[in-house]
Amino acid sequence: MRKSAAVISLSILVAFLIASALLIHPFGYPPSQMDDYIIQNAQGESGANSVVDTIVFDYRGFDTLGEATILFTAVTGVVMLFRKRKKETTN
Amino acid sequence: MSKIVRTISNLLILFILTFGLYVIMHGHMTPGGGFPGGAVVASGIALLIVAFGSHHVQKTLKEHHFAILKSSGLLIFIGLAFGGIGAAFFYNFLVGSPIFGHIPPYGPNPGDVWTGGSSTIMNIAVGIIVSAGLSAIVLVMALATGKER
Amino acid sequence: MTGSIFNIPFLAVAALIGIALYIIISQRNLIKLVMGITILESGVNLFLITLGYRAAGITPIYTHAPEGVMVLPVPQALTLTSIVIGVATTALMLSMLVLTYRHTGDIDSEKSRRMKG
Repeated sequence: MRKSAAVISLSILVAFLIASALLIHPFGYPPSQMDDYIIQNAQGESGANSVVDTIVFDYRGFDTLGEATILFTAVTGVVMLFRKRKKETTN
Repeated sequence: MSKIVRTISNLLILFILTFGLYVIMHGHMTPGGGFPGGAVVASGIALLIVAFGSHHVQKTLKEHHFAILKSSGLLIFIGLAFGGIGAAFFYNFLVGSPIFGHIPPYGPNPGDVWTGGSSTIMNIAVGIIVSAGLSAIVLVMALATGKER
Repeated sequence: MTGSIFNIPFLAVAALIGIALYIIISQRNLIKLVMGITILESGVNLFLITLGYRAAGITPIYTHAPEGVMVLPVPQALTLTSIVIGVATTALMLSMLVLTYRHTGDIDSEKSRRMKG
């Protein structure tokens, strides 16, 4: 009973994914209104040659702050899981 | 590992660290930046752990050194974010000033290192965070699953 | 009607996500489950990059740039963040798997189900 429900829902989801992959915009001609403004003005406003680097640290710097926090928390969790407990010696 | 692997990895670690530092520092002119450069430096330390064994590396590079580097990198990043608080939260307050403040002419040009504003110093901070964090993960997991003595 | 039959990268993304979901549903070994989650993350990153391709485009960097239109730079910036988050999630999952093996002695998800003291 559980196996047949899983197979039916998986096939519905894969059919939806294939239908939406055929109905999306043609590959190579995307709609681009925000990116035209960014490509024209990124070199004058921030003064760096690389547009991708300006977007990561200047136009969308808040996402980079969130990602640095996620990396910090994950490393703290891994280091905490592998600590050894010191055995207490009683006199 | 055998003597050939240890000698070659002693020689290669210099080139790997130099290439990682190059990718981090030229983030505003070429593809790359803080995140791939930090991953290259962490892979150099992983090469040392594979060639020499984790107990030998742990005598020099302890795990609390990586924790100090990680926390100071994050503090520098947040301090630069609060630097231009007069206009906005992540404002680029170093454009026009003599530190990293040149503005290049419009269109294709050979790159200038002294451009970029505050995003160049943020690249260095993120490079420190990512390299210290990923090296700490690799070292702790290699110590926990190695041969017990 | 927008769309065409030649969207081959988007069909590849649909195939990757379908295979990854089938692995997650049907496997019992915990290491294979982690591999299925990693394939799902790769599929999503591929979808983000192929959304922003312009036909006959060049890299969006102005240093020694040749002639031509530039591809869209915003999906590339979002994919950088997504890759780093995937690495952090995989590291945490694998370390929890090592602790489960030490505690119960088995990495089959049906056998190591009850919590023991």
